[in-house]
Amino acid sequence: MTLIRRLSALTLPLALSGCNLVVMSPSGDIAMQQRDLILVSVALMLLIIVPVICLTLYFAWHYRRSNTTAKYDPEWHHSTRLEVVIWSAPLAIIIALGAVTWVSTHQLDPYRPLDRIDSKRPVTAETKPITIEVVALDWKWLFLYPEQGIATVNEIAAPIDTPIEFKITGSTVMNSFYIPALAGQIYAMPGMQTKLHAVMNKEGVYEGFSANYSGDGFSGMRFKFHGLSNAAFGDWVSRVKSQGSALNRDAYLKLERPSSRVPVTYYATVENGLYDAILNLCVQPGQMCANEMMHIDKMGGAGVDSEENRKRLEYDTRWAAEAGPGATYPATGHGAKQGQEAEGVNAPAAAGDAGHDGHGAAPDQLNTNPKP
Amino acid sequence: MFTNTNLMEFIFGRLSWDSLAFTHEPIILVTFLGVCVGGIAVLGALTYFRLWGYLWKEWFTSVDHKKIGIMYVILSLIMLLRGFADALMMRTQQAIAFGANEGYLPPHHYDQVFTAHGVIMIFFFAMPIVTGVMNFVVPLQIGARDVSFPFLNNFSFWMTAAGAVIIMLSLFVGEFARTGWLAYPPLSGADYSPGVGVDYYIWGLQVAGVGTTLSGINLIATIVKMRAPGMTMMKMPIFTWTSLCTNVLIVASFPILTATLVLLTLDRYVGTNFFTNDLGGNPMMYVNLIWIWGHPEVYILILPAFGIFSEIVSTFSGKRLFGYASMVYATVVITILSYLVWLHHFFTMGSGASVNAFFGITTMIISIPTGAKMFNWLFTMYRGRIRYEVPMYWTIGFMVTFVIGGMTGVMLAVPPADFVLHNSLFLIAHFHNVIIGGVVFGLLAGVNFWFPKAFGYKLDPFWGKMSFWFWLVGFYFAFMPLYVLGLMGVTRRVNHFEDPSLQIWFVIAAFGAVLIALGIGSFIIQLVVSFFKREELRDTTGDPWNARTLEWSTSSPPPEYNFAFTPVVHDHDSWYDMKKRGYVRPLEGFKPIHMPKNTGTGVILSALSVGFAFGMIWYMWWLAALSFLAILVVSIAHTFNYKRDYYIPAETVVATEAARTKQLAEQA
Repeated sequence: MTLIRRLSALTLPLALSGCNLVVMSPSGDIAMQQRDLILVSVALMLLIIVPVICLTLYFAWHYRRSNTTAKYDPEWHHSTRLEVVIWSAPLAIIIALGAVTWVSTHQLDPYRPLDRIDSKRPVTAETKPITIEVVALDWKWLFLYPEQGIATVNEIAAPIDTPIEFKITGSTVMNSFYIPALAGQIYAMPGMQTKLHAVMNKEGVYEGFSANYSGDGFSGMRFKFHGLSNAAFGDWVSRVKSQGSALNRDAYLKLERPSSRVPVTYYATVENGLYDAILNLCVQPGQMCANEMMHIDKMGGAGVDSEENRKRLEYDTRWAAEAGPGATYPATGHGAKQGQEAEGVNAPAAAGDAGHDGHGAAPDQLNTNPKP
Repeated sequence: MFTNTNLMEFIFGRLSWDSLAFTHEPIILVTFLGVCVGGIAVLGALTYFRLWGYLWKEWFTSVDHKKIGIMYVILSLIMLLRGFADALMMRTQQAIAFGANEGYLPPHHYDQVFTAHGVIMIFFFAMPIVTGVMNFVVPLQIGARDVSFPFLNNFSFWMTAAGAVIIMLSLFVGEFARTGWLAYPPLSGADYSPGVGVDYYIWGLQVAGVGTTLSGINLIATIVKMRAPGMTMMKMPIFTWTSLCTNVLIVASFPILTATLVLLTLDRYVGTNFFTNDLGGNPMMYVNLIWIWGHPEVYILILPAFGIFSEIVSTFSGKRLFGYASMVYATVVITILSYLVWLHHFFTMGSGASVNAFFGITTMIISIPTGAKMFNWLFTMYRGRIRYEVPMYWTIGFMVTFVIGGMTGVMLAVPPADFVLHNSLFLIAHFHNVIIGGVVFGLLAGVNFWFPKAFGYKLDPFWGKMSFWFWLVGFYFAFMPLYVLGLMGVTRRVNHFEDPSLQIWFVIAAFGAVLIALGIGSFIIQLVVSFFKREELRDTTGDPWNARTLEWSTSSPPPEYNFAFTPVVHDHDSWYDMKKRGYVRPLEGFKPIHMPKNTGTGVILSALSVGFAFGMIWYMWWLAALSFLAILVVSIAHTFNYKRDYYIPAETVVATEAARTKQLAEQA
C-alpha cells in the first residue's frame, strides 16, 4: 500500500499537467485508438523492462566485492536453460506486440475510410463524410472545402462526429500535417497527395501545426482546428462566405509566396480545379501539369519534340527572375527563391506577378491550363 | 559557369567580405575572437616549447595504430565541445523564447545551430571516438603489431579531420546548412537552400566519408587476417566481434551515403533533377536512400559500445562473459537486421499499411537480440565479484538508462503510435536516450577503461565518478522533460512557442544540459588532474584491472611493436587463460621487428582535400581543379615511395623488454 501511495505521489506532477498531455488525452477517435496503442505497448514492454531494471540494480548491489557472502563462481558462463529464457521472453513479447502492430497498422491506416465514429457508433450508410483539401505553403496552411466551395488559411473547422477525409499536398518543400487531438500526422509533400481519415468527437478548439521542419518560417506554421456542432459549422461556413474574398489562380500565386505567421484568412469562392492544379504543380499559367507529364511518359514519351516542354516542368524556379545573382546564386544558374536574408519572410509578398514570359505555349492538345 | 569574365568572381567565386559571418553576427564575432585568442595561444605555446617537430614526427605522420587511435579520440573530444555548445544554445533559446520573447537566436541562426549539432555529434564526435577506440584496441586485442594497412589508417584519420575542418570553417566563413542533419530535399536543393550551407554539409561529409570507409576496410582486413595464432573467430574478444560487425556495416552502408550525396551534389551543381520537384524528380527517393545508410549508422555507433560494456562487465565482475556464443549471434543478427528497418524513420510519409507494418515488426525484432545482450550482461554480474571502478559505474548507468530508451524505441516502432510521436520531442528524447545512454556512456567507459593502456597511468577515479554522476543525473533532467513535452504534442526544431505552460519543462531540460556541461567539465578536470597525479596513478603491470584479453598482456603504454612475440591463443579471454596457466614472459630470443615507416602523405592529401572542398563550396573552380590535380599527383607520387618499412633492431627490442622486466620485478 505504501508503495502504491509513493508511486502515486511520484506520478502526481504528471497527473497535474494531465490536461496538457494532448497525445494521451485526445478528443478524436483515431487519436484515441493511437493513444490506447501506446498504453498497450508500454504495458507489454514493462513486463520485461521492470524485471531487467530491478535485477540489474539487485545484482549490482548483491554481487559487489565487499559482500563476501555472495556466491562467486568465476567459471560459470553458460546455462542452456537461461539462454532459452532470455531469448524466448523478448520473443514472446515481440510476437504479441507484432500481432497488435499488424492489426492496428491496417486498422488505423490513414488511407482507410473510417468504419466507426467512436467506440460505440459505427459509420452507417447515412453518415455523410466531409472532404477537406490541405495544402502546406511556405509557411502557412491553406484548407479548401470542395463541398462548401470555400477556403481558409491557418484555420480549419469541421463538424464533430463526422468522418473527415483530408487530401494533403504541399507547394514547395515537405511539411507534416498534424492535429494531435484529432489524429496522427501525415506528410504534406509537393507533387504528391497523402490522405488522412479522422473524426473529432468533442467540440472545442485544438492546436494544429507542421511537424516537419520546412525552413525559416516553420515555427510559426500553426493553425487552430475548430470542432463544431453541425449548426455551428453551418454558421462558420456562411461566415467564411460572407467575409471572404475569391481564391482564384492569381490570388493563390500571391498567397503561395513565402510569408510567415499569416493571420487567418477566408475565401468565399475557390476557382474550379485549383486543388488539382496545386497538386500537379501547374497553377502558374503555362506550366505543364505533373499528371500530364506522367501521362506523356506513360504513352512512351514525346522524344525530341518534348524539349519544349522542359521549361514548363521546372516548378521550383518560378521566382527565378526576381532574385538576381549574388552570394547565394547557385551554380545551376537557377535563381534563388528563398533568399539568404530572413527579413523578407514576414512581409506577405506583394510583389508583381512571377516572370513566366519565357515559357512558350504548349502544343494545344496537351495544354489543359488556361492560356497566360 | 565558365563564361564569367569578372576577375574577382573568377578568383573568389561567391566568397565576399559579407560572407564572413563574424562581420555581422555578434555571437559569432565573440566566438571568432575566442577561437583566435585560444588558437594563437596554442600555436604560440607549441612554437615556444619547440613541439612542432615532435608533433609532426611522432604524431601527425605516425602510422602507429595506437597513436592514430588517440588522435581520433582527441579530435572527437574537441568536436564534442563544439557540438555541445550548440546544444546549450538550443536549450537556452527554447527555455526563453515564449510569447513576446523571441529569444536570442533568429531562425536563420537557430536552424544552423540544430543542423550543426546533429551533424557534428554523429559524424565528428561519435564516429571518430568509435573509430579511435577500435583503432587503438582491436590490433592489441587480437595480438597484432598494427593494422593491415598502416598508411591507409593515417590517411583515413586525416580525411576525417579534414571533414571536421570543413564543417568548422562554415562557422566563420559563410554559413552552415539550415536543413536538419539529414538535409532532406527539396529543402536542401538548390532552389530552396541556395547558399553555401548545404555545400559545406555535402563536402564535409564526403571528405570525412572517405576516411570512414577506408578505415572500415582496414579494420575488417585486420580482424580477418591478422589475428594471433589460435584465435579462431569464435574465440575473438567480444569487442573485436562488435568492431568487425560495425566495420562491415560501415563498408556496406557508407557508399550509399556517398552516392546519395553525389546525387544531391549533381542536383545542386549541374542542375540534374534526382530529388527536385521539377521534371519528375522524387525527393522521397533521397529520404529512402539516406535512411538505408542512416539506420545501419545507428548500429555502427552502438555495437562497439555493446562490445566495450561486454569487456568491462566481464573484467570487473571477475568472470567470463555469460553466453559468449549467443552474444556473437545477437551481434550478427543485429548487423543483418539493421538493413531491414530503414522505413521506420518515415512511416508518416504515406506508405501503405502492409509496408509500414512490415518495417514496424522488423524493427521490433531487433529488440530481441538486444534484449538477449542485456540479459547476458546481467548474468555476467550474477555470481560475480563486482569491483566498482569508474568504467563499471558507466556500465550500470547504461544498463538502467538504455532499457528505457529501448522501450520508447519499440513504442515508436508501432506505426500508428509513431503517427502521433514522430518528429516530436518524444522522438528526440528517445534517440538521445539511446545515443547518450548507450554510445556516449559506452565510449566514456571505454576511455576510462583503456586510458591506462594508452598512457601508462589510470584516470583519477574521483573526478571520473563526478563526471559520471553529472552526466547521468543531467541526462535524466535534460531528456525526461522532452518525453513529457512530446506527449504534449510539441514538435522538434521549433525556435519559438506560444503556450506558456510548456516553459517549465524547457527550463528543467536546460538545467539538465547545464548538469551535463558539468559532467563534461569534470571529465576534462579528470584528464588534467590525472596528468598531474600520473606518478601516483602509474600502472607498471600493464594489467591494472586484472583484465582478461590480450591487450593487457603487454606493457602500458605498449611498445611500438605491441608484442615482442606474437601471442598464441588457446581459449576465450586469452590473457586470463594465460595468467591461469602460469604464463611466463619470454626473456630472450628477440629478433628484429619489421615495422611500417611514418609518412606525411596523409596530412598533405587531407590539406589538399580541404582546398578542393573549399573551392567547390565557394565556386572557386581554379582552386578546386588545382587541388584535385594535386591530390592525384601526390597519390601517384606516393606509390613511388619505396621507403615504407624498417626493422626495429633486436638490441632495441632487448632493451625495451629488459626495462619492462625490471619494472615488473620492482612491482613484485
